[in-house]
Amino acid sequence: MFKGDFIQNLPKIYGTYTGGFLVFIILMALAEQAGVSAKNIGVMFVAFTVLIYALIGYLSRTIQVDAYYVAGRQVPTVFNGMATAADWMSGASFVALAGGVYFGGYTYMAFLVGWTGGYVLVATLMAPYLRKFGCYTVPDFIGTRYGGNLVRACAVFVLFIASFTYVTAQINATGTIASRALGIPFEAGVWVGLISILICSMLGGMRAVTWTQVAQYIVLIIAYLIPVFWISSNVGGGIFPHLMLGDEVARLGELEQQFGLVKNSAADMKAAGVPGGLKYISGTHSGVPEGGMAVWKYLSLAICMMVGTASLPHILMRYFTTPTVRAARKSVAWSLFFIFLLYSSAPMLATLSKLALMDPNLPTGIIGKSISEVQSIEWVQRWSEVKQVFIADFNGDGVLQLNEWFMRGDVVVLATPEVAGLPFVISGLVFAGGMAAAMSTADGLVLAISNALSHDIYYKIINPKAETSKRLLVARVLLVLIGAAGAYIASFRLTSILGSVAWAFDFAMSGLFFPLVLGVWWKRATREGAIAGIIAGIVSGTVYLTWVFPKFSVPIWGGVNTPFLGIDHLRFGLIGAPICLVVMVVVSLMTKEPSPATQKLVDDTRIPTGKAILGKQH
Amino acid sequence: MSNKDAYWNKTKNHMIVTLVLWAFFSLVIFMFGSELNTMSFLGYPLAYYMTAQGSLLAFVIILFWTANKQEKIDEEHGFSEREDD
Repeated sequence: MFKGDFIQNLPKIYGTYTGGFLVFIILMALAEQAGVSAKNIGVMFVAFTVLIYALIGYLSRTIQVDAYYVAGRQVPTVFNGMATAADWMSGASFVALAGGVYFGGYTYMAFLVGWTGGYVLVATLMAPYLRKFGCYTVPDFIGTRYGGNLVRACAVFVLFIASFTYVTAQINATGTIASRALGIPFEAGVWVGLISILICSMLGGMRAVTWTQVAQYIVLIIAYLIPVFWISSNVGGGIFPHLMLGDEVARLGELEQQFGLVKNSAADMKAAGVPGGLKYISGTHSGVPEGGMAVWKYLSLAICMMVGTASLPHILMRYFTTPTVRAARKSVAWSLFFIFLLYSSAPMLATLSKLALMDPNLPTGIIGKSISEVQSIEWVQRWSEVKQVFIADFNGDGVLQLNEWFMRGDVVVLATPEVAGLPFVISGLVFAGGMAAAMSTADGLVLAISNALSHDIYYKIINPKAETSKRLLVARVLLVLIGAAGAYIASFRLTSILGSVAWAFDFAMSGLFFPLVLGVWWKRATREGAIAGIIAGIVSGTVYLTWVFPKFSVPIWGGVNTPFLGIDHLRFGLIGAPICLVVMVVVSLMTKEPSPATQKLVDDTRIPTGKAILGKQH
Repeated sequence: MSNKDAYWNKTKNHMIVTLVLWAFFSLVIFMFGSELNTMSFLGYPLAYYMTAQGSLLAFVIILFWTANKQEKIDEEHGFSEREDD
């Protein structure tokens, strides 16, 4: 099945797979009717899908270097788009994005613009040129373009920091979902998640990850869209929510007026014992905050996420796998199309979910009802037990106010199907989708890190004479080690200390964006410039982060500092990247122009035809 | 000017045009968020619509457009790859 004309058969293979998955959903629905418990349905959903991914991972095993690192460079445009979309959309995007919009409204949606707009930068500045270059990893490009082991090692260092920040969050998400769906403790869930991730990637490297990511995309998009459309028709939002929720958004504005947007004091919340991580609605859904600072906050976040997107190695490396340069360009467009399907649905889900809870005219509405009545609702009880929702009657009137209802962001995706009265089979499907999203991103990240270490550090720097079998052995051992390290750290649940996924974007943009862009677009950029730029960018960004993030600034700097120009810990790339640019340009101009050979190399990178800079196998 | 230089000039200009469009949909319109929100589109306040859906869709369209245009530039200068993808 995976030999010879596999590539030509892809549409058929994945078509059959999609059909099979839909049949599986129907079977589960029938099982629910027949009285199989909700818990068992959840277990079957997760177990069945993970087994399929493992099977794909096993069938894609390889002993060839270019198959292991770049999937043999034969992934067709559209399929690479799906794989990138799965690689991109993490467990956090899947379960937390709608929750973010639910609580953050317009301001939060800077993330949506940032996480999609970045692909325009990927397509115009990076992807086609890196593909032409023929590198296996992102540091491979930097190391060859600028020449030398030091610059290569600097790039690996930035890649490691950015990707590792990200991967612990992903393994954490995989563990959370596995533990909820399978009913096992979180710590065990983390290791179950890790084993599933490794089975998909270890034997076949990039080739295996590519074909499992396509399968995971199909599961996650079905799992996200079915509930959105179904809930919409259940709560009267119309059959096509994306185009038809105008009235609902307006209605939310009225309800906000009616209930009032009240800010709770920290002392009140502490006294009432609101569990950590739970939020309440205190801002408007569609209103735009007034003032220059609010605009700057929106724009600065969007800029960081866009530039960060264009610097994240696990995304850039997906475009090394296409057959041609033009396929790489088109593939970026397809990637964003597949991402758009989910991202444009998240605000709709948030709107529907908010309306379902807030509108007293709907049977699902809880705000404005008596607290004892709300507490007797089944789903409220279930999610209260696990401290995902909470009620605090601040004014003691026995009626639930908007500011008295607390909930974790994840609940929007995980519980809305239940709230809107959908059968449990849909909740099982959502678990499978969340698992697919978390696994696919973790796979891509673990592979990006271990490939950089095995190819750039081991093969290019330590042992350039290593044989293929030894290189691949080292790559696999590193893959397991990196995964295990990520899982080990995730199992401590240090996420509040490790910080936000946004940091990965800021780290990547501080150290990698300008070295990559100028490597293609500015022939005069020199090795010394790149080394100085990478170090200055990542160091200044990191130092600023420790200065501005209260958990670090108190022990290190002896107090809480006010962010400079509103650049807080989510936006520290705005410090690192400009410093990287300035240092890189100044040092490049002070040092000797790159050699004619290097300039020719840049010229060749810029045109799509002709031989790749680095050979097919290197 | 050699063919390669002419090709690269066109590619550069095309890159700039693409990035101007990108900046318009990702940054410029959100500088006027509160003004835009007084208008409506499909019943949504306009700034809300753009950040929830409109700009995202614009990026998808820009990407397909820019890839096609670049392919034309490739062809004009004889740098088009064979049809093997």
